[in-house]
Amino acid sequence: MTATPETTQQPAAGEPVLSFDNLDIKFGTEFGTVHAVKGISIDVRPGEVLALVGESGSGKSVTSTSALGLLPGNATIKGDISVAGQNVGDLGDKGLRRMRGNDVAMVFQEPMTALNPVLTIRTQMTEALELHGIAYGKEADERAIELLRMVGIPEPERRLYQYPHEFSGGMRQRVVIAMAISCDPKVIIADEPTTALDVTVQAEILDLLRDLKDKLNTGILLITHNMGVVADMADRVAVMFRGDLVEQGTAHDVLNNPQHDYTKRLLAAVPHLGRRGATPPVKAGDGPPALEVKDLVVEYHQVGKPSFRAVKEVSLHVNHGEIVGLVGESGSGKSTIARTALGLIPAESGAIRILGQDITQMKRKDLKELRKRIGVVFQDPASSLNPRLPVGDCIAEPMEVHKVGDRASRREKVAELLDAVELPRSVANRYPHELSGGQRQRVSIARALSLDPELLVADEPTSALDVSVQASVLDMFTALQDRYEFGCLFVSHDLAVIDTLADRVVVLKDGRIVEQGERQQVLANPQEEYTRRLLMAAPVPNPEEQLARRHARYAFMKEVGEEGHGLHVDQD
Amino acid sequence: MSDPRPEDQQPGTPAATSVEPALEEKSYSQGQLVRRRFFHHKGAIIAVVILALITLVAFTSIGFGPIPGWWGKSFSTTGAVLDGGRPTISWTGLGEHPFGQDTTGRDYFALVMRGTQISLTIAFIVGIVSTIIGTIIGAIAGYFRGWVETLLMRMTDLFIIIPLLVLAAVLGQIASGGGIVVLALVLALVTWTSLARLVRGEVLSLREREFVSAARAIGTGPWRIIFRHILPNTVGVIIVSTTFAIASAILLETALSYLGFGVQAPDVSLGSLISQYQTAFTTRPWLFWFPGIFILAIALCVNFIGDGLRDAFDPRQKKDGA
Repeated sequence: MTATPETTQQPAAGEPVLSFDNLDIKFGTEFGTVHAVKGISIDVRPGEVLALVGESGSGKSVTSTSALGLLPGNATIKGDISVAGQNVGDLGDKGLRRMRGNDVAMVFQEPMTALNPVLTIRTQMTEALELHGIAYGKEADERAIELLRMVGIPEPERRLYQYPHEFSGGMRQRVVIAMAISCDPKVIIADEPTTALDVTVQAEILDLLRDLKDKLNTGILLITHNMGVVADMADRVAVMFRGDLVEQGTAHDVLNNPQHDYTKRLLAAVPHLGRRGATPPVKAGDGPPALEVKDLVVEYHQVGKPSFRAVKEVSLHVNHGEIVGLVGESGSGKSTIARTALGLIPAESGAIRILGQDITQMKRKDLKELRKRIGVVFQDPASSLNPRLPVGDCIAEPMEVHKVGDRASRREKVAELLDAVELPRSVANRYPHELSGGQRQRVSIARALSLDPELLVADEPTSALDVSVQASVLDMFTALQDRYEFGCLFVSHDLAVIDTLADRVVVLKDGRIVEQGERQQVLANPQEEYTRRLLMAAPVPNPEEQLARRHARYAFMKEVGEEGHGLHVDQD
Repeated sequence: MSDPRPEDQQPGTPAATSVEPALEEKSYSQGQLVRRRFFHHKGAIIAVVILALITLVAFTSIGFGPIPGWWGKSFSTTGAVLDGGRPTISWTGLGEHPFGQDTTGRDYFALVMRGTQISLTIAFIVGIVSTIIGTIIGAIAGYFRGWVETLLMRMTDLFIIIPLLVLAAVLGQIASGGGIVVLALVLALVTWTSLARLVRGEVLSLREREFVSAARAIGTGPWRIIFRHILPNTVGVIIVSTTFAIASAILLETALSYLGFGVQAPDVSLGSLISQYQTAFTTRPWLFWFPGIFILAIALCVNFIGDGLRDAFDPRQKKDGA
């Protein structure tokens, strides 16, 4: 399985299985017409992966949805869409239904919502087979088992009768892919198929998708914003920007030698693992560290169930003026540690000392006093600001709570902070919903800095942002940290982000610390198998480098005795 | 370490400024959006106008308290019954007794206006007081959880399982003689339950939002979080529910007065007028029709306004292709 033939540079042959010709889509809304796609032409050939790249709102998902005829009623479509030689615009409801599944199949971003939670996998898989007249009854069951085996699900005979919640995220995405290939479609549209998955699972799912095109000669339209995934998967790349197609070409050309300004900026903004080189370690200052966590245990208590231990005897510290990156996959307990350090979740045992004071033993009044010296930035820019407060009031809120300064001095401080986070001062009178995600996250950071904190806790502050926005927010963050010299606990699942930002790194797995140390030492020369696995699975945005990394990962997987995440096809 | 990203600052290149939307374009605050949608709801605007007219006429015609009105007759003065007490209102003019007279010769227009005054007063007191009680109880239960929530919500359940009319009648009887304000407060004490449940549900979902976590992490106290961060976000639900509470308070008062537990003679409300003259329906139907029309008009108007407000606050009201 691991000896996958490399077809990355070969041009695919044959008639296109999916083609958009001068596609133009408009939506009518309450506030006038939105021009989502402005006359683009793309072809996908059999056995080829075309990556459609762009930031949120660039029209890439609208384009792909139009191929299935699934756009909402307020859309006006001009231009031709053809799937396997048929024009989608000419098909009626019945023709569209026959086309969906038979000729074109879809793999969605969120495997949890793409599967119906109240039906077994068997019901959902055989439904597609029976609707398209491929197999019925027992025969359909056998076909479903075969498909599950193909996508690498162990014990398919037993698991066929399980419900979606009994599968992990990666397994669920495998089931979705099995359903997508059940009717042997000529083209698969994969809309951010790995965005919701952890990086190691992402690598496995990408292996599987790569095998689809190599072994079944399926054309794949891959929609993604992750340049690493593009480098890993794509034969050709099309870059979309605000509804326009700004660049199209082979993955090699576009990623190594971008022509359009936007593509260049997009690529420059991608954090690249291993590019930063060595940095001098931050000297531990005098006095107690900004944050010291000792033997921390956190449990979630559930009624009628044994309590779940999310954090198991974790010890770490953050010195003054130091950024400590806390990395781990979903469920590793990284956010729980951050929230416990903020006093939002009670600790079961162990100590959390902030600036030398143990918050688990403190009185409420003292704790409030201490909180003056802590700032916090959360993940979701849509929900971390109160929608009813103007931005200026949001930023001034901590000062008001702690009764710092008077109205005039607060207003002055707000203006100064808005300057620091590179937003115009006029933003103070705006409401959060009027700002973009990146701007809102800047406001969150301004709020966190309003009392000149000595410790900042940032819980995935950039993972909901587009790459170029993420890059500017991260740069600003580093600049602010240089200026204000706060200690920072930075939680992230993205190793490349941690690499560009952190001084020290702590790697978590299942609530335990796997490895911690200086950034360069952990990320360039990892000691633990788990850290190596994480690092190898993270794709980099350069096709040649990524190919080498992929082979290194295959070799490593062989070494630890884990193989075969790709497609299993019997050689008969 | 590193400079600020060039793409955010360079205004020269065409794509550079477009990474994030420009802030100069015209935009609306939440309140402006709500107002805009409300004023586009024709039914609600007509209802506002009619309700304002009814209130204006009811309070200026016979006056309120010591202030005299422009209608010369009082609702309590008896006199000779002219023309069998038939209404004199017609297309040409109001006449002597536009809504007719009752059996003792009192001017029925003055009586209906007095009834409207009382009914409106009771309805608004009930609407506002029950909203305050319901909001506070719901918010406290939803934010603090634990035994506080259990206690408050079981109390709410207790109020809900006892039939409203029976509870109001018994309490009204105990408080009788205290005047309409006491009656209104008693009604408010039994009608806050649905709002308390509604607000609790909203608070339960809002308290898990990150801006509330952020406020707690800053060191904000629970009361400030409830009143500054959570309740302003439930204002849509509360306002809509208040208007419907006002409409149902009018009907509840009518029902109570009809049963004889509400407003006591010699004072009148729209409900007590109907109850008083129900036997006269076949012989003098106007004694039934005029207060009935006013009850209907007020309840309908308030309901329409509530409808308009709900549509305005509901973000799912975006229309296609406006």
